[in-house]
Amino acid sequence: MTTGTQKAQVAGPAGVPSAGGGRLASPAARLTGLGLVAVVALIFPLVFTNATISNIAVQTVIFIAVASAWNIFSGYSGYLSLGHAVFFGTGAYAVGIIARDANVTGDTVFALLPLAGLIAALVAVPLGLVALRVRRHTFVVITIAFFFIAQLTASNLAITGGSSGLLAPVPNWTAATFNNPFYYAGLLIAAATVALSAVIRRSRFGLQLRAIRDDEDRAVGLGVRAMPVKLTALVISAFVCGLAGGLWFYFIGQAFPQFVFDPLFDLAIALMAFFGGLGTVAGPVLGALVLEPTQLYLTLKLTNDYLSEILLGAVFLVVILFLPRGVLPTAAELAGRQRARWQRRGDRL
Amino acid sequence: MAREVYEAIADGILGGGVYALMAAGLTLIFGVLDIINIAQGILVILGAYLSYVLSVHLHIDLFIGLAITIPVMFAIGVVIQWLFIRPLRGSERTSMTLLACYAVALIIEGILYAAFGPNFVTLNAWYTQPNASVKLFGFYIGDIYLFGFGLAIVAVVVLYLLLYRTTFGRAVRATMQDATAAALVGIEVNRVAALTFGIGVAVTAVGGMMYGATSGGFNPNSGYDLISRLLAIIILGGLGSIGGAMVAAIFMTTAEALVDIWQPNWAVAVFYLALVVVLVVRPTGLFGRQAVRAQ
Amino acid sequence: MTVALRTEGIAKAFGGVQALSDATIEVEQASITGLIGPNGSGKTTLFNIITGYERPDAGAVYLHDRPITALSPQRVFAAGIGRTFQLTRIFPRLTVMENMLVAQQHGHRRRVSPLSRAGSQSDRQRAMAQLEFAGIAGQAGELAGTLSYGQRKLLELAYVLVADPGIVLLDEPAGGINPSLVGLIADRIRALNAAGVTFLIVEHNMEFVMSLCQHVTVLDYGTVVATGPPEVVRADPRVLDAYLGTGEDDQAEADEAEADEQSGQR
Repeated sequence: MTTGTQKAQVAGPAGVPSAGGGRLASPAARLTGLGLVAVVALIFPLVFTNATISNIAVQTVIFIAVASAWNIFSGYSGYLSLGHAVFFGTGAYAVGIIARDANVTGDTVFALLPLAGLIAALVAVPLGLVALRVRRHTFVVITIAFFFIAQLTASNLAITGGSSGLLAPVPNWTAATFNNPFYYAGLLIAAATVALSAVIRRSRFGLQLRAIRDDEDRAVGLGVRAMPVKLTALVISAFVCGLAGGLWFYFIGQAFPQFVFDPLFDLAIALMAFFGGLGTVAGPVLGALVLEPTQLYLTLKLTNDYLSEILLGAVFLVVILFLPRGVLPTAAELAGRQRARWQRRGDRL
Repeated sequence: MAREVYEAIADGILGGGVYALMAAGLTLIFGVLDIINIAQGILVILGAYLSYVLSVHLHIDLFIGLAITIPVMFAIGVVIQWLFIRPLRGSERTSMTLLACYAVALIIEGILYAAFGPNFVTLNAWYTQPNASVKLFGFYIGDIYLFGFGLAIVAVVVLYLLLYRTTFGRAVRATMQDATAAALVGIEVNRVAALTFGIGVAVTAVGGMMYGATSGGFNPNSGYDLISRLLAIIILGGLGSIGGAMVAAIFMTTAEALVDIWQPNWAVAVFYLALVVVLVVRPTGLFGRQAVRAQ
Repeated sequence: MTVALRTEGIAKAFGGVQALSDATIEVEQASITGLIGPNGSGKTTLFNIITGYERPDAGAVYLHDRPITALSPQRVFAAGIGRTFQLTRIFPRLTVMENMLVAQQHGHRRRVSPLSRAGSQSDRQRAMAQLEFAGIAGQAGELAGTLSYGQRKLLELAYVLVADPGIVLLDEPAGGINPSLVGLIADRIRALNAAGVTFLIVEHNMEFVMSLCQHVTVLDYGTVVATGPPEVVRADPRVLDAYLGTGEDDQAEADEAEADEQSGQR
């Protein structure tokens, strides 16, 4: 079967060739779905006022933001970072140090968040310039090295409170809806990040990133400037992680090195992105929505920390072995095949 | 002052030998399977705990116990590779095997915590006691280090003979150079991969015993520190270069021991800073092959 | 005749192997020139040097008399030389259309915002035109990784062409694909050549080379042993020697064997 005679190509829905091996739903359906999600997300804490549930909700939206941010860099460029905790932690400590030294309290602390993001983004520049010069294997290891350097630095400097860490300023709003401001702040960050992720994926910048992921040398040979592109993605990713880290610190109330720079953090967000679908927009969101509440719930139920560690590892292995491309791409492909089957059946009638 | 420096250098070289052994296994796995086994750190700890169990509960001497722990760790390595690494395919293979190894490491760590709890333990024997030492060139060198050094030499010789004097070793070296070509000449690449992984992990039995005996205390959490050092070592030495890993190991532990004299808190940072500096100057590491631009 | 591309005295060694020594070739403007030679004669190495993927030990490369020896691959590409690879290189997880768009990135002025939609209307139209020409327009929305080997070759050729190169270097375009597809590729090359594109083609398929190329250069052990129109080159004894080994050696062996036999009989 030569390509010259392949004029009669089966078109997907709406006469447009199906993109990426099959979409899960038509554009109209996706828009309605998005609207529904937005409504649910907005009224969630008003409906579910239980403190535990809203607590989980806050951390979930924070991790939706972080997983999406991680995906913007690692998912689109293919450079796996296991050191994003550095940016998250930088954001946390930035808020902590500035709030303490400039005596910022209450609502105003939220205003520090963009600053925290900016600091994390600035930190990403030298790290990226060093780490992005090497091949992917070595890159992962360098990110791990940076992670440990960060943890060490936080433990040893007086300004970061050494190994006892920092305490967050105390919020000045009512205990009844205590979690809500955090939730809405987190929701805003998460929504903005996901939107940014979608824009990037469709953009020229995103195309170049993804080309780098597939064949960096060929992309460079065609004129894609690898270092600026990769570095920009890293800086964007770091900014969001810094924002999220700052918010999380304020919410949780404290930060100390082992807690903030936790190797499980990086593994968890990688798993979220993989689970939902690495390199997709909605994948990390799904991953965070499923895995973060599960993880928190298990931590509450199981007194034994170690069991949750084993479970995390086991879930990861299951995902990697059986759902290597993640839930959403696999579902999209199955849907595409099913649609093709229906079409063939329709043609036969 | 000078004495402290010489002692630090001596400590560094001896300690470096232990790390060299653990790192050699890790870089061998990379050379043949093209993956970074992040679980190597926790596997060393597992080896240490196995020696602990044999020593404390069965009263078997640490070195004699190796006759049991080496085959056990070898088997564990083969099983890990066969179950969790071999099935991975596709364009994301490199990233996925890395994460799979990380996941396996987590599981093992969790199991160790469940079995032994968070308390620090050490491996003890008559030759690990502080007074069991030999005076050499004016320094006291612990017996355990001497035995360990001897063991390391034996291990390196065995590894060398295995790689360069057996048919299997030839198959391993062939696969290291070109897996497709090796398969085409009839080498069972899957089997070679599994066995090599097993060997790389078996080395951790020895490394684990030495680490447990010389570290002054370990618990399941020690795996993180260990793997980050090992990774730094093999990258510095050049991925895939066993000789490079050994040189890098000794260099880094010596550097750390020296820095420890002045700044104990930051000593371990030397490892990572050395890594970063080297990579800025020479991204393939000291002895790495000019990286073929593999994805 | 105008020379579009030429190399002068290129030498390149890898370790102990002298891949190229004094490789001097000329590619005439708007010609289809073949570059042939037995395996190991240095053809792909020469391609790599011309396109900036390797640096020569000696010698120079000229594009319209402008030295381009030291240019990086992207500069060479921007200068108007496109190139395909022996092992086809496409971006498997991008769609076919996106593959085309990547090649069009460099053409933009700095004004275009990086966050704007990848591929302007005109970019996409030009890409579709190339894809239709190649016969794979129907797969524009599919992931390139799902294409067959032959389709990938066509895609790689298409995205190299969409950047409007003046010269195209093809490394074994007919390798590993079925005969009807080979004919299609040859037709495309002729059509583009008629429109003014210069081609330099490395190929082992002699039928393909002889029927398509107006001019053929033969490399053997890193030097040029013959150059000229296909009919002349194919009959050149040095070329036959390079591919098949000399008739003279065979004759000498036969003489020796006869002499041994005679001495054995005495």
